Amino acid sequence: MSVAPSDFTAGLLDPDRPAPNGLTDAQGRPAGKRFDVYRNNVNASLIEALEQGFPVIYKLVGRDFFRAMAAVYLRAHPPTSPLMMHYGAEMAGFLETFPPAAALPYLPDIARLECAIRRAYHAADATPIAGTALAEVAPDALPQVRFRFAPAVQIIASAYPIHGIWRANSDAGGPAPVAEAQAVLVARPDMDPTVSLIPGNALPVMTALLGGTALGAAFDQGGAGFDPSALLTLLLTHGAITALT
Amino acid sequence: MFDASSHPDSLPNHPGVGYKPQHFAALTADPGPVRWLEIHAENYMGDGGRPLAQLRHLSERFAISVHGVGLSIGGEGPLDADHLARLKHLVGWLNPASFSEHLAWSTHDAHFLNDLLPLPYTAGTVDRVARHIEQVQETLGRQMLLENPSSYLAFAESEMSETDFLREIVARTGCGLLLDVNNVFVSATNLRTSPRDYIDSFPLDAVGEIHLGGHDEDRDEHGELLLIDSHGKAVVDPVWALLDYTLARSGPKPILIEWDNDVPDWPILAAEADRAHAALSLIPA
Repeated sequence: MSVAPSDFTAGLLDPDRPAPNGLTDAQGRPAGKRFDVYRNNVNASLIEALEQGFPVIYKLVGRDFFRAMAAVYLRAHPPTSPLMMHYGAEMAGFLETFPPAAALPYLPDIARLECAIRRAYHAADATPIAGTALAEVAPDALPQVRFRFAPAVQIIASAYPIHGIWRANSDAGGPAPVAEAQAVLVARPDMDPTVSLIPGNALPVMTALLGGTALGAAFDQGGAGFDPSALLTLLLTHGAITALT
Repeated sequence: MFDASSHPDSLPNHPGVGYKPQHFAALTADPGPVRWLEIHAENYMGDGGRPLAQLRHLSERFAISVHGVGLSIGGEGPLDADHLARLKHLVGWLNPASFSEHLAWSTHDAHFLNDLLPLPYTAGTVDRVARHIEQVQETLGRQMLLENPSSYLAFAESEMSETDFLREIVARTGCGLLLDVNNVFVSATNLRTSPRDYIDSFPLDAVGEIHLGGHDEDRDEHGELLLIDSHGKAVVDPVWALLDYTLARSGPKPILIEWDNDVPDWPILAAEADRAHAALSLIPA
């Protein structure tokens, strides 16, 4: 009898299913544990890919929780592409409805941040503008200037202190986070992605700039105490701007 | 049928290693006997950043072998057109010395399973695999090498031996073969056949590259030895002996050391390459 790939696939993803019929050992006995080699390879390799993709979530929840969670995730969301560099893109939405993670409501936003960091790592290379480029624009023309951003540049805004949580649990290191809403800028000045805190009153401005709004109109979005030079310095030092248009 | 003579580049008959980014500094400072590097195609399909920068740099010093792990050549459905286009882009700008993939499947119903899954050796599978290889070779404009798998089980429906299957694929498509000697040893142990008989019946003239790697030992529920192709440790002595047996019949070939899990420091991997170099030095060119 022939083994249908759909039966083989179902057997790989469901540990409770027996090995498909038609698979044998050298003496013609049912394959049994020999089929488990493939089952283990699939599960272990996908869990490992998720561990590598979400190191801060791994640290926050610990190994046992992470592996149990990943085993549920990979059955709900098997990869749909051979590019494992992007595997786990649905993790934030998955965690939002994963009851065991309900006590850690900031986890989905940390997942969004870790996915953004991975996208930044693999994003297309870009040449940032010189730090002096803005100073060369005539002052009365400045409000009409728009920024073009490097492909790595992303914003993640959260009701939780995601910058503090990320720093304290990554190689960057940092003090224990305090409860507040935080937004971060993900960029890649050279080869290593960076994660920087966006001041609260600058978030609407940054969102407008990234959406293509000109400087003048974007700066009008700033809240009380918004400091344009601090935001521009943040963008320039992280190589976020590639052109003025 | 692909005419291999239209693309004369090939890997040197010297040791190579599977490239790991953690070895970048040590490898470029002292490559030892290593003259070429193999990369997994899928890890270099991003848009930019460090992986591509390192690859561009390495390709100026070393011959590069692009080894795909995600094309699902043995898959029941058509090849993933997006993935084939990404592969064409990578092979196009890099112009590597070799491209290889596996006699296996990994995608079914749009689900990628991230493992090399086995195929029954039937007339129907020959047709499907040959059709997919022809599509790859036409798309890339070059010959590809097809690698023999590690087998843990057999299909009751198989009608021919693996070597007869591969010989038929070569005859139909003009592709070359990647002979993984560790896989031969693993499969022969697991399926109780003779690894030397396998080498004797293998179309060695078609071999463009040899792989060596480490495996793990387990037991099945009957207490029978079950070897698992883990790429996580040194090559064992019986596999080195099988390499010598192969080289004595095939003549010198490019030999790759694969070490993908529990990756050691560079000197340990370089020592494996030294051992491959020593095996090659015994073979008349």
